[in-house]
Amino acid sequence: MDTQEKIADTDLTMTGAEIVVRALCDQGVDTLFGYPGGAVLPIYDALFTTPELHHILVRHEQGAGHAAEGYARSTGQPGVALVTSGPGATNMVTPIADAMMDSIPMVVITGQVPSHLIGTDAFQECDTVGITRCCAKHNYLVRDVNDLARIMHEAFLIATTGRPGPVVIDIPKDIQFSKGIYKGPEGTQHKTYHPASEPHEAGIEAALELMRNARRPIFYTGGGIINSGTEASAALRALVSETNFPITSTLMGLGCYPASGSNWLGMVGMHGAYEANHAMHDCDVMICLGARFDDRVTGRLDAFSPNSKKIHVDIDPSSINKTVRVDVPIIADAGKAINALLDGWRREQHPRNDLSEWWTQINEWRDRKGFSYEKQEEQIKPQYAIERLYELTKNRDTYITTEVGQHQMWAAQHYHFEEPNRWMTSGGLGTMGYGLPAALGVQAAHKDALVIDIAGEASIQMCMQELSTAVQFNLPIKIFILNNEWMGMVRQWQQLLHGERYSHSYSDSLPDFVALAKAYGGHGIQCRNPADLDAAIEEMIAYDGPVLFDCLVTKDENCFPMIPSGAAHNEMILGEITGDEIDESGKVLV
Amino acid sequence: MTQANTPSSPQSAYFIDDHSEDAIVRRTLAAIVDNEPGVLARVVGLFSARGYNIESLTVAEVDNKAHQSRITIVTSGTVQIIAQIKAQLERLVPVARVVDITTSPAGLERELALIKVSAATGSDERVEAMRLSEIFRARVLDVTLESFIFEVTGGSSKIDQFIELMEPLGLIQVSRTGVLSIQRGLPE
Repeated sequence: MDTQEKIADTDLTMTGAEIVVRALCDQGVDTLFGYPGGAVLPIYDALFTTPELHHILVRHEQGAGHAAEGYARSTGQPGVALVTSGPGATNMVTPIADAMMDSIPMVVITGQVPSHLIGTDAFQECDTVGITRCCAKHNYLVRDVNDLARIMHEAFLIATTGRPGPVVIDIPKDIQFSKGIYKGPEGTQHKTYHPASEPHEAGIEAALELMRNARRPIFYTGGGIINSGTEASAALRALVSETNFPITSTLMGLGCYPASGSNWLGMVGMHGAYEANHAMHDCDVMICLGARFDDRVTGRLDAFSPNSKKIHVDIDPSSINKTVRVDVPIIADAGKAINALLDGWRREQHPRNDLSEWWTQINEWRDRKGFSYEKQEEQIKPQYAIERLYELTKNRDTYITTEVGQHQMWAAQHYHFEEPNRWMTSGGLGTMGYGLPAALGVQAAHKDALVIDIAGEASIQMCMQELSTAVQFNLPIKIFILNNEWMGMVRQWQQLLHGERYSHSYSDSLPDFVALAKAYGGHGIQCRNPADLDAAIEEMIAYDGPVLFDCLVTKDENCFPMIPSGAAHNEMILGEITGDEIDESGKVLV
Repeated sequence: MTQANTPSSPQSAYFIDDHSEDAIVRRTLAAIVDNEPGVLARVVGLFSARGYNIESLTVAEVDNKAHQSRITIVTSGTVQIIAQIKAQLERLVPVARVVDITTSPAGLERELALIKVSAATGSDERVEAMRLSEIFRARVLDVTLESFIFEVTGGSSKIDQFIELMEPLGLIQVSRTGVLSIQRGLPE
């Protein structure tokens, strides 16, 4: 690269702001998302003369964070965001917490007031490291410009290795101006941070022993496989094919095994597939790969898969035995562990498991068709809308993001993923407003891809302003709103738990989305008739630019099947609810 | 205190084989950390954020060349919770390692307390307090006509016991360091 040669020839003394930009370039960053302000002006000045670093100006700092997450999730590379001090930093807290929960590698650079003003309640001052300490993987306040290069490179190391996560670097303005020595990323190490990633042989052997003798096994996979990289997904496919074990996945893991694969049971969890949840409940050996026994997956803990031996592969030792006791813990990168299991399975000749009874049972569950719904002629059912969207986009280079709520669950149920990194959703934190900016991040990384944010009319309004960013940077994202005029998941829970008292969950005074799209300089489409839906979706795909698609769907549809809170996997409800499914102890759960 | 069976070889440190233990146990954990700004806040914040107990906490730099501090934490919980606390502490980036002092055969714990007792000259209490202080090898730091200040070191239970004995004699005030820990022998 000629910039490297250029700078290699010159003195490595530079300003803090130049160190930041140089370190980003040396880390291979090509795109960052940000918003300028007083405390980051020197860095923006350095960006001005670094055209190779593509900066996408968002409309709200939260958008920068989610865009960086979308970029990271769809590429496997760390996302980078740059914001100013005070409100810039506090607006970034939600994406940081989001990235922490979903283990998304992200480096966030925040400006800070000059060192000598820290602690004086200066203009746009906040204790950024204090505020982000509990929601970031790690954070730094830079006190000496000569530490800055090391900290930048350490931040990338920490964000991308072990269990990935967000790292915050808070840089006082005087540090950005002062001169220091730049050091390259070569040989970056951390004094105390050395995450293990190689599986231990004893654990792999113990796991294989259980797998060889299993009669009712299941793979329970999660986002750790996606984080591990595309090779991990490839290894998983081989392992499933060789073992013929059934496989399910968490919301975060969708795509690591193809939905068209014959062993695929669908997503597990509260709104997961009937067959997946029943198989999890009745299995005798559960092989958890890169998932964390989240409460949305386990349901009632004391009734969770009561008769199984559990193998848990996780790169984070604190995930082991956190909520569910496991029999064989393996601290490792998911991909490395899957490869070790695959090698072991292939190496030793042993009678292959007779799984015919298990598959017969699973096929009986499949026949219940848990995702079926009543079709309508005159109105668009939300599930139907997703089905059509899937059919009309599945053969394209498509990436899907979502907001949070019913539409997110319907998307997870009715859109089917064949490859990893195609599905960006806020799983752990459940952040409404995630999908639109995340789609920007995805589109920025994949210029020619079809990027669709499946949204609800309530969620979309949380980061609506980013449509302006899409227009400015020619990011032709498609926002597909399932508009039922309700905060649907809230309404569903109020119906289920609160005696149909729909307190403040109606989306009143909705904007005219078509006019709104036009006002932003995008294209608006509204569709209310099932017969027109395909043509409208085709119009959306064909339009060269951002589209806001207002899909008017039935208003009172509930998201089924569902494990009521406080219930076990085999107590899934498939259809309409009576209100008696949840007892008092279940009602206090979220 | 319950004796746990945490294995010592690294391969099995991940294997919790005790599935029945729901009793609350008390544990002393020592975290060796990089002495960087905010590291104590990270440790304390972890305990409050995840709802773990801190019964005592001591911290000081112990190696000024390597900039390392030792944080000794006395906490309580089920064996599973203790394992979680240890794993969560080790997850913090500036934490180099965490040792369970209570279950380590090489673990040593000591605490220091300053204890003020009111005892008028010539009273029986004054004589009794002095006599007990000798049994506990407490040092007298300060004497007035009405009071003593004792300095006593030992395990926490010894200090608890000494305080209990001083109570009826005229205990006024107690100041304790919290537990310090170290391991016997040469480092591994």
